[in-house]
Amino acid sequence: MRATLIIAGKELRDGMRNRWVVATTLLLAIFALTLAFLGAAPTGSVKVAPLAITVVSLSSLTIFLVPLIALLLAYDAIVGEVDRGTMALLLAYPVARWQVVLGKFLGHLAILAFATVVGYGAAGLALVLSTDSGTEAWRPFAGMVGSSVLLGAASVAMGYLISTLVRDRGTAGGIAIGVWLLFVLVYDMALLGVLVADQGRTVNGAVLNGLLLFNPADAYRLLNLAGTADISMFSGMSGLAAQDHPGQAALLAALVGWTVLPLLAAITLFNRRQV
Amino acid sequence: MSEPTVLLEGVAKAFGRQMAVSEVDLAVEPGTCVGLVGHNGAGKSTMIKMMLGLLRPTAGRVRVLGEDPASRSAANVRLALGYLPENVALHPSMTGLETLAFYARLKRQPVARNPELLERVGLAHAAGRRVGTYSKGMRQRLGLAQALLGSPRAMLLDEPTSGLDPELRQSFYDIIADLRDEGASVLLSSHALAELEGRVDRVVVMNQGRKVADGTIHELRRLAGIRPRVRLRLDGGLRAMANGPPLWQGWSQPARGMLEAECDEDEIASLLQCLPPGSQDVEVIRPSLDDIYAEFLRHRAAPGETA
Repeated sequence: MRATLIIAGKELRDGMRNRWVVATTLLLAIFALTLAFLGAAPTGSVKVAPLAITVVSLSSLTIFLVPLIALLLAYDAIVGEVDRGTMALLLAYPVARWQVVLGKFLGHLAILAFATVVGYGAAGLALVLSTDSGTEAWRPFAGMVGSSVLLGAASVAMGYLISTLVRDRGTAGGIAIGVWLLFVLVYDMALLGVLVADQGRTVNGAVLNGLLLFNPADAYRLLNLAGTADISMFSGMSGLAAQDHPGQAALLAALVGWTVLPLLAAITLFNRRQV
Repeated sequence: MSEPTVLLEGVAKAFGRQMAVSEVDLAVEPGTCVGLVGHNGAGKSTMIKMMLGLLRPTAGRVRVLGEDPASRSAANVRLALGYLPENVALHPSMTGLETLAFYARLKRQPVARNPELLERVGLAHAAGRRVGTYSKGMRQRLGLAQALLGSPRAMLLDEPTSGLDPELRQSFYDIIADLRDEGASVLLSSHALAELEGRVDRVVVMNQGRKVADGTIHELRRLAGIRPRVRLRLDGGLRAMANGPPLWQGWSQPARGMLEAECDEDEIASLLQCLPPGSQDVEVIRPSLDDIYAEFLRHRAAPGETA
C-alpha cells in the first residue's frame, strides 16, 4: 500500500506541476458558473430551485467534459512512461505492477475529484448565496458531483486499459478519443436507431434498461436526470423516471463496474507486458 | 567462492523469431565488477532487463540474490538492487532532490541521506533545479545516485558512461570501485572494451546474443591469439635481410627502412638480444584492446541468426 500511495502522491504533484489541476478546475468552474447563472434564469416563473435546474445542465455538461478530461489524463499513463523509459526504472524498484496502476489511478482520481468538487462546488455555492433560494436541492447536487467523479473514475480506468493495450502513444490517444465519441455520442445514436427500427418488438423496457447500463455515460445520465421528481420533470425525463428505470443501486453498480473491470483488465495486461 | 549474486544458466530470449540472447551462462560473484561488452544489439540490455525481471527468459534460469527476479516475491530482491538504465529517463518536472526522494521512499530508505548522496555524485549545486534543465552528464549522475540508494548488493549499469566526459567518467568508476570494495557485485555494459581496462575484474564479450568470451582482460589477450610484433628501424634494412638469412627469417619490411616480425610473448627477450648493432626505434607492439575485441567478433561470431 505504501508504494501505491507514493506513486499516487507523485502523480498528484505532477498534475499540479504541469497545471492539469488548475486548468481542469478552472475549466469546470467557468462552465459551471456560466451554466448556473444563464440556465437558472427561467426558474423564477416555474418555481423550481435554481440549484435543481443546475443539476440538469451541469450533468449534461459532465457527460461530455469529464470523460474527455479523464481519458486525456489517463491514456498516456502506462504507454507514455514505457515509451520515455521511466517505467523500466520504476519497475526495477520494489514495486508490484498492480501498485503502479493503482497508484496512478488514485493520483489521477484525486486530480479529477478536486477539479470537479471545487469547480462545481464553487458554482453551486455562488448560486445559493446570490439567489437566496432554498437549499433543498443540495442533495441531488451533491449526488451529481459525486457521480461525476465516479464517471471520471470509469473513464480513467478505461484510459489505462487503452494505455496498456497499445505500444504507441499516438495510437493510445486516437483510441481514447474514439472511445469518448463512442460512449457520449455513437452509442446513444445507435441505440436510438435500433429502437426506431425495432418498433418495440424485441427491445422492450427491460432490454433497454440493460443496454443503458452498458454505457457509463448513460448510467450517469439516468442516475442524475431521472433521479428525483423535481429534476426529472425539469430535464424532460419524467416519463422515463416514472417507468421502471434500473434503479439507483443498479446504476451506481454499473458505474462502479465500469471502473473496477477495466482497471483489473489493465492490471492483468500490464502484468503480462514486457517493458 | 561464495554464492554468485547474479546467475544466468542457459538463458535465451526471443522476440518473435528474433533471438536477442541465446544460451548465455554468466555468474557475478560478490565483490567483483564485470564488464559486459558488445555492439548495439548484441543483447546486453536484454540480459540486464532479464536480471531485473522486466523480461522473462524464453529458456534457461535467471537468479539474482538467489531468487527469480521475475517472480512475484522478487520485491525483496529489488530492495538490494541498483539499476541505471541506458539513457536514463527521469521525470523532467521534478527537481534532483525530489527525484531522489521519490525513489528513496520506494526503496524504503531515509530521505535524509539524499543530500549526501547528491554530494557524492557531484550534484549538490543543482539539487533544487528541475531535471529538465540538467545536461546529459548531470542526468547520468542523478541516475547513478538513484542506483546507489540503499547501498545495493548488486548494481546493474547499462552503458553508464556513454556520453560522459573523461573527468566524469573517472569519478564514475571511482564510485563503482568503492561499491565493489564494499562487497557489492557490479555489472556494467559498454560498447568499448578499451574503456574497461583496469576498471573491471572480468570481461564478458557478447556478439549477436551469444557469449563469445569471458575472462580477465589478460586472459582475453591470450585467448584472442594475436601475437605481439617487434618493430625497428635499420638503415639499409633490405641489405641486412639479404645478407643474413638465418637471423632475419620471418621479418618483413612494412615500410622503407623498417623491419617487423611477429613472435610469441616468451620469444621477445631473446629476439631483442640478437638484434644487430645500428637498430633504432625498437618497439614491441602488443594488440590493443580494440584489436582483441575486433578479433573476437571476427573469429568467434555466432553462426548467422535468422535476422
